[in-house]
Amino acid sequence: MSGDAAGLGRGRAAAFVLPALVLIGVFLVFPALWTIYLGLTDYRLTGLAAADPQVVGLDNYTTAIGDERFQGSLWLTVQFVIGSAIIGQAGLGFAIAWTMRDRRGPVRRVVEGLVLLSWILPGSVVAFLWIALLDRDGGTLNTLLGTPENAWLLDNPMLSIIVFNTWRGTAFSMMLYAAALENVPPSHLETARLAGASTFQQLRDVVLPRIKGHVLTNLLLISLWTFNDFTPFLLTAGGPEGRSEILPVYVYNVAIGDGQLGVGAAVSFLILAINLVFALAYLRLIRGRNRAEAPLQAPSGRGGG
Amino acid sequence: MISLHGLTKVYPGGVCAVDELDLEIADGEFFALLGPSGCGKTTLLRTIAGLETPTSGTVGIGGADVTTTPPGRRDVAMVFQDYALFPHMDVTDNIAYPLRVKKTPKTERHAKAAATAARLSLSDMLTRRPGQLSGGQQQRVALARAIACHPKVFLFDEPLSNLDARLRLEARTFLKRLQRELAVTTVFVTHDQGEALALADRIAVMSGGRLMQVGTPTEIFQRPATPFVASFIGATPMNLLPGDVRGDVLHVAGAALPAPPGLTDGDHITYGVRPEYTDLSASPRDDAFPGTVAVMENLGTANLVTIEAGDTLIQAVVPEGDEPALGTAAWAVPRQARALVYTGDRLHAPIPA
Amino acid sequence: MNGPMAPTGRRYVGHLLSRLALTALLAVVLAFFALPMLWLATAPFDATPGIHVSLPEFTLANFGAILDNPYALGSLANSVIQAGGAAALVVVLSALAAYALSRVRVPGRDALLYLLLLMSSIVTGTAAMVPIFELANRLNLIDTHLGVILVTSGGLLPAAIFILKDFMDGTPTSYEESARVFGAGPLQILWHIVVPLVRPGLATIAVWAVAGVWGGFLLQFILIRDPERAPGSVILYTLYTEGGQPNLSLIAAFSLLYSLPVVVMYLFVSTKYGFRFHGGIKR
Repeated sequence: MSGDAAGLGRGRAAAFVLPALVLIGVFLVFPALWTIYLGLTDYRLTGLAAADPQVVGLDNYTTAIGDERFQGSLWLTVQFVIGSAIIGQAGLGFAIAWTMRDRRGPVRRVVEGLVLLSWILPGSVVAFLWIALLDRDGGTLNTLLGTPENAWLLDNPMLSIIVFNTWRGTAFSMMLYAAALENVPPSHLETARLAGASTFQQLRDVVLPRIKGHVLTNLLLISLWTFNDFTPFLLTAGGPEGRSEILPVYVYNVAIGDGQLGVGAAVSFLILAINLVFALAYLRLIRGRNRAEAPLQAPSGRGGG
Repeated sequence: MISLHGLTKVYPGGVCAVDELDLEIADGEFFALLGPSGCGKTTLLRTIAGLETPTSGTVGIGGADVTTTPPGRRDVAMVFQDYALFPHMDVTDNIAYPLRVKKTPKTERHAKAAATAARLSLSDMLTRRPGQLSGGQQQRVALARAIACHPKVFLFDEPLSNLDARLRLEARTFLKRLQRELAVTTVFVTHDQGEALALADRIAVMSGGRLMQVGTPTEIFQRPATPFVASFIGATPMNLLPGDVRGDVLHVAGAALPAPPGLTDGDHITYGVRPEYTDLSASPRDDAFPGTVAVMENLGTANLVTIEAGDTLIQAVVPEGDEPALGTAAWAVPRQARALVYTGDRLHAPIPA
Repeated sequence: MNGPMAPTGRRYVGHLLSRLALTALLAVVLAFFALPMLWLATAPFDATPGIHVSLPEFTLANFGAILDNPYALGSLANSVIQAGGAAALVVVLSALAAYALSRVRVPGRDALLYLLLLMSSIVTGTAAMVPIFELANRLNLIDTHLGVILVTSGGLLPAAIFILKDFMDGTPTSYEESARVFGAGPLQILWHIVVPLVRPGLATIAVWAVAGVWGGFLLQFILIRDPERAPGSVILYTLYTEGGQPNLSLIAAFSLLYSLPVVVMYLFVSTKYGFRFHGGIKR
């Protein structure tokens, strides 16, 4: 009702907001804008172009887009996002949330605790844990499967980082779906069960319509994060021979590794643009949901049986 | 004394919450602002407190113009609808908070808080947090906090609305007694007409940001100035029936009633009579509204009977034992000494005798 | 309501099978999530840690290896400085900004917040590593704690403001108005009333910021070249990628020591405030 409960006044309010805005402006907004400029130059980390960068227009973009390494990297990224985020994290996260929905007690706590732990442990630690797990000589997985000399990270680098990222990020989807499933009234599921619906039918007819918004939110966010995830660098550094060089790793290798800042910035800008699409879709989604809270929907009755 | 002159509050967006309002509240008076939600009563109270700045007009407290004075310097204390007890402070600290702001030394303010708490029988719970108190206790802590700083004016925003029905009656009596003892000018906001009638020395009935009527509870109950006030005041809504003047007779819902002087032939009027002042007759009468008994509601010591007369509904309170049977014909007889006639939305004076 | 019909034999078998499948699924999930972590639980205490999981021959000597390494202990101190500094900065700045934005009606406030949130979710370390590296270079922030603190804070602030504003919007304004009628000034209100009221929110933000910076790798990896200033995440990476045979006892002990604070913090928050779930809190 009131515009100013504490009697702050415009001046003081501005003084409160300003420091945060300055910091965000300098270290978040400005770099984003600068990416655009840098992407138009032949800027390099060292050498002649470092001292006196020239504007080269869209050369970096055409070079990058025409580059087979970039195209390959883009394709690997698509595999990475679909495999580890959409199928891996969301699928596994939902499966765990669904099986755990009525459970209380130690089993649920242990499962959730482990899944959460894999999410909160620092990236460099989990990366090494997986290096140890997948190591050719004496790694735990080879010992367990009886497949010595199987160099997972070298032979199947993409599969390795996809499984790794599934393991790493399932917690978020699990928690989001667990929260979403709490919003499905038990009476709706019971009504469907009394009507003789199978588990699949319950999921399709009762659960999915109610958690549609959550599913979309989840898919958008984890896709965005996975798309930007740098942690696989710690496992494979993009190798061997670029076979796991997803875009974040590609940018690092090109810009900081090879010192081609201009090309790196151009690819960064492409990443920014793709991020923007994800983020806009997400914001539209949550705004739309705030405007019209999904009305209570009766489960589709299928004849009293 | 509180004096408001030409007070107007327009919110950004154009909503006019208080509209050109003039009001004087005397020293020591227990004053109620009564009205439906959205009528501007809370905005008016907050403007007196200084939490809202009026768009135009002036606010005076104790003879001084405080229109632009910040709330903390107006020497008023406010009890909020949700009490606004600080959840992270215990009862002592809550009561002592106004003194803490005034930089009273800790021992002194704690002593004062303890004394005030004792007066409101809160001594046993000085170290409890608000979350550990019942609704009634919270309300008393909020009162104690307001009392502790000895203000010139108390402002209460719906002070009883968060209590359950039984406790509310108890708290009402308590509040009235406390106000008498302290004799501090008190303005309170309520949407409950019963509360306003029971507590206040004077009541201002508000609607749409304007004052509809200001008067003592008796005046407001017996002679509501407009049909709006008439319908708002009273436990059961007043029967308000459209009618016409023909000669010196009022024709209202099938009844022919003597018209009060001063009306002209052909005038349209609204005839008002409370259900409590409406009797039932089982036999036809000219001065009664004919109809059939449609609904009966048990009020405990009496029954509220609804008579259906064509499209209009007329209600009457019938003492226990005199209930008519449902569906039978009945004649609702207004007690003419208590009936009111409105022309053009104003009370037509004098009331019919 | 009638009770459910008695299950027929076939239904009963089906029920049993589905329970069995469920248990199997749980077992697989448990194994999948536990397997990589077993090493972290055993190797630090193993006298001869290998790369695979084995029953440890119990010892605490591995933690001594940390003392011998020139950078290990210092890197943990660096992590504390960088994570603590960023958390303090983020909490103070976001609290002030969120409070003002929550309580004072500024035109375009919601649009601004959404824009900032949008920026913070698209300007990831990945997308901005080139300009951030350049910016830090020109501001002489390479190899400084301040550089890491400022850059990470800039990324954390929008979401922190958004979440804290949510907290502040959720606290009734009547507390502040009440204090105001009693004569408290804006700063008194902030300190006496608002900060205690939103303490769970401040704690959430602090823990979230510490955890984010503590475990963060990419920005630190780019901004810090000097091992003397490098935080735990970067040092750990160099420990197992530098040439020659990695020192497993050092890595094992260091990994555990470096992970512990984050885990403890999450446990603390989840027991004290209940695990509040904020969508999109992790960058």
